[in-house]
Amino acid sequence: MDEILFNISLLIDYPIVNLKIIIDGVMIGALFALAAYGLALVWGVMNVKNLAQGDFVIAGGYVALMLSKAGINPLFGVPLAFVVMWGIGWVIYKVIITRVIERDLFTSLLATFGLAIMMAQLMNLMFGSDAQSVNLGYDTLRFADGIIDVPIAKLIGVGMAAVLAIAVVLFMKRSRMGQAIRATAQDARAARVLGIDTEKVYAFTFGLNAAICGAAGAIIVMIWVIQPFYGIGYSVRAFVIVTAAGLGNLPGVIAAGLGFGAAEQYGAHIFGDGYKQAIAVILLLLVLFFRLLQQRRNRQVLK
Amino acid sequence: MNNIIEVTGVSKSYGGVKANSNVSLSVEKGGITGLIGPNGSGKTTMFNSIVGYHPIDEGSIKYDGQEISKMQVPQIARLGMLRTFQQTRIYGAMNCVENMLISLPHRKMNLWDALKRNTREDHERAGHLLEFVGLYEKRYLRSGSLSFGQQKLLEFAMALMNEPTVLLLDEPTAGINPTLINGLIDRLRRANTEFGITLFIIEHNMRVIMNMADKIYCLAHGEMLAEGKPEDIQDDQRVIDAYLGAH
Amino acid sequence: MNKKFILYAVLLAFSVAAPFLFPNYQTQLATLWLMIIVALTWDMTGGQMGYNSLGNIFFYGTGMYVCAVITIGLYYDVGEWTNASRTEIFTFSDRQYFTGMVLGILGAGLFCAASAYFIGMLTFGLRGPYFAIGTLGVAIAAGEIVSNIEWLGGGQGVSMPIYNGDFDTFKTLIYFEYAILGVGLFVFLNWLYKTRFGAAINAIRDDEEKAEAMGIHTLRYKLVTWAMSAFFVGAAGAISAFQLIHFEPLETAYQTINLGIFMVVCVLLGGKGTLWGPVIGAIMFQVFKETTWNYFLGWQWVALGALIVIVVVFFQDGLMGWLRLKRPEWFGVKVEQKTSEAGA
Repeated sequence: MDEILFNISLLIDYPIVNLKIIIDGVMIGALFALAAYGLALVWGVMNVKNLAQGDFVIAGGYVALMLSKAGINPLFGVPLAFVVMWGIGWVIYKVIITRVIERDLFTSLLATFGLAIMMAQLMNLMFGSDAQSVNLGYDTLRFADGIIDVPIAKLIGVGMAAVLAIAVVLFMKRSRMGQAIRATAQDARAARVLGIDTEKVYAFTFGLNAAICGAAGAIIVMIWVIQPFYGIGYSVRAFVIVTAAGLGNLPGVIAAGLGFGAAEQYGAHIFGDGYKQAIAVILLLLVLFFRLLQQRRNRQVLK
Repeated sequence: MNNIIEVTGVSKSYGGVKANSNVSLSVEKGGITGLIGPNGSGKTTMFNSIVGYHPIDEGSIKYDGQEISKMQVPQIARLGMLRTFQQTRIYGAMNCVENMLISLPHRKMNLWDALKRNTREDHERAGHLLEFVGLYEKRYLRSGSLSFGQQKLLEFAMALMNEPTVLLLDEPTAGINPTLINGLIDRLRRANTEFGITLFIIEHNMRVIMNMADKIYCLAHGEMLAEGKPEDIQDDQRVIDAYLGAH
Repeated sequence: MNKKFILYAVLLAFSVAAPFLFPNYQTQLATLWLMIIVALTWDMTGGQMGYNSLGNIFFYGTGMYVCAVITIGLYYDVGEWTNASRTEIFTFSDRQYFTGMVLGILGAGLFCAASAYFIGMLTFGLRGPYFAIGTLGVAIAAGEIVSNIEWLGGGQGVSMPIYNGDFDTFKTLIYFEYAILGVGLFVFLNWLYKTRFGAAINAIRDDEEKAEAMGIHTLRYKLVTWAMSAFFVGAAGAISAFQLIHFEPLETAYQTINLGIFMVVCVLLGGKGTLWGPVIGAIMFQVFKETTWNYFLGWQWVALGALIVIVVVFFQDGLMGWLRLKRPEWFGVKVEQKTSEAGA
């Protein structure tokens, strides 16, 4: 308790610490936002709530890790992870997801939960249970007497995340496939009547989702650490962000992602790093109950 | 005045569309009140406002003197106000008798009563009411396999089983074989007289509602167009215009 | 009627005789009962009421901890016990042990029932997938929080008092505790599902809006159902605490991906929403697990994930669902042939 009070007083006495926390939070939040956007995409388009989202992220991280172990600059891991995870996502769609789309929601939730367990355990067998990361060997920028430290690697990572987000947005707006995806999200039956091959759209969307997650993971491995069982944490975070922001609302998802990153960093600062996972989950519960109260005022429930 | 439902100045809009604006009406206890109006005139919106499916923008809705416009659906239902749905809702996987037994008035039970089995009287009442609507022969059939009209009758029987004080019926005769409508009118009337249930009915079929109701309200474009006895409504030029689309 | 009675009598006799017939498998048999209990309780909300919880493991873990606190706290200071359990040895006399055991199991059950009631007030506003994710969140958060509380042993977990007698008697004792709880649960559910309450929770599953519109106390019934189910899970967790002697928060108590998901798989395997489905599913799952586990050479957990996916995707109605489709008359579904009458 004393520790918590001390940590809070630190925030008040040294306002600059707030800035540091916010910068850290926003940077990690950008990557959460990517994973969340992927989730919003599959949720909105095919109504599948993917609990293996975080495991796609971690798998992408391991792709980049293997690349750097082979002696190639890990920055190339980001596009490679994008491509590899696209392929994996497509296979998963064809084997599992296509069979659960038309079923009730719990089916897809549970099937992807099983998938998450399977992926985490596979990665555990293949790469071991140690936390690993890739060191880019770049400098760290320091401001305000060294209280704020921004590793250049993080800046590069966030920059790549931004580029990826912009590319995805442009793709969704401009390309024919993007239009087809948006049409299917609005009304799959109508889209089918109008000659859109929804099966193809679904497969594409799921592949794209896995690819976005994979790229995010490849960035994460360069600036933080990954471990086979970290996946569920990223899934929970993606759910928090999507639940808070709603579907089909990219600016909302990004804002919620950044905000969530900052909130989590604050929580970790106040309660200690050991509570990081717990804070993510508690934020989920808070968001759910806030939305619940909102719906109650509309005399509705959260479905 | 002995009004069980009292609606005053209720407005409700969806986005920019005004579904109800400044609607007032009242339902007299023990009577049959009708609500008519052309398609899209806001009748079902009015029903949903009363039973609590959405918040209203302004106005007040009172049930037995108690303000209910802020309450949630289950709370309102437990006051003894029951509604049937335009699209029938029954428990399709269960048979008719099971449907009836689920409809027992749980609002009158405490947990202890609920943890008992259904009594012989419950079964007899279920059978009696199924006979009342003419479904006794089919009582052990899966209710999902019944025809649409029969499902409507079953829903009506379930409503009676529930012993409501007020029953709100959303188009009870829609989709029912015309030859059976007279029988249904008769049963609705008997529900009113024999079981003492106050009825508030949305109806498209003018013949039906003119035959039954003591008082009729007519909505058009979300506003109250006319109200009065069936004879008055029948001769009201504004109502005739509304139905013929002369607006 | 008589046939049914004989069947139950034979099964009961077998349950009593099993630990003596197969003394080498007592632990596995005890685990089987645990699986049956958690599957049946999961089915109360998931199968009968349509609320698929992914967080029922919360009650299992909480039951363990509450039981430990009660049992130890009766005679020693809990903080000292969890702290000193590595250096100093505390002893329990037989009388202390059994008093602590009975009170611990009961207390765990009651505490979990109460906590289900209160958590339910928040989570039962959530429907469908939100409920599943919300309850999963509760379970994960609880595990993380408990593992940070030093008073409860932190990440190291808690050691329970040790039985003074010989180990075989202890194993038999644990078996019968599970068995009594399991049989009690089965008898209880057999009664509950035939009451008006049972019909009402089925109504909530099939169409909650209609149930609300008919004035059924939906929230109350949901809370009571979850509380009842939590009582049995909590008590089972308490027995597990004694059985395992030492447990720690993330891997044993709040084991979201092991037992937490096994219970769902058991129910799906056997058939949701039936009384016997979860029992049969638990037996199928446990037999599968015990017989094949060693042949996977480290790949068990991958196989388990695959099993979940396969069951969910291809075999979701389970054995009972399949039988119901093939032999509806066994389930009392009557099809009257008098459909020639003029319908409406």
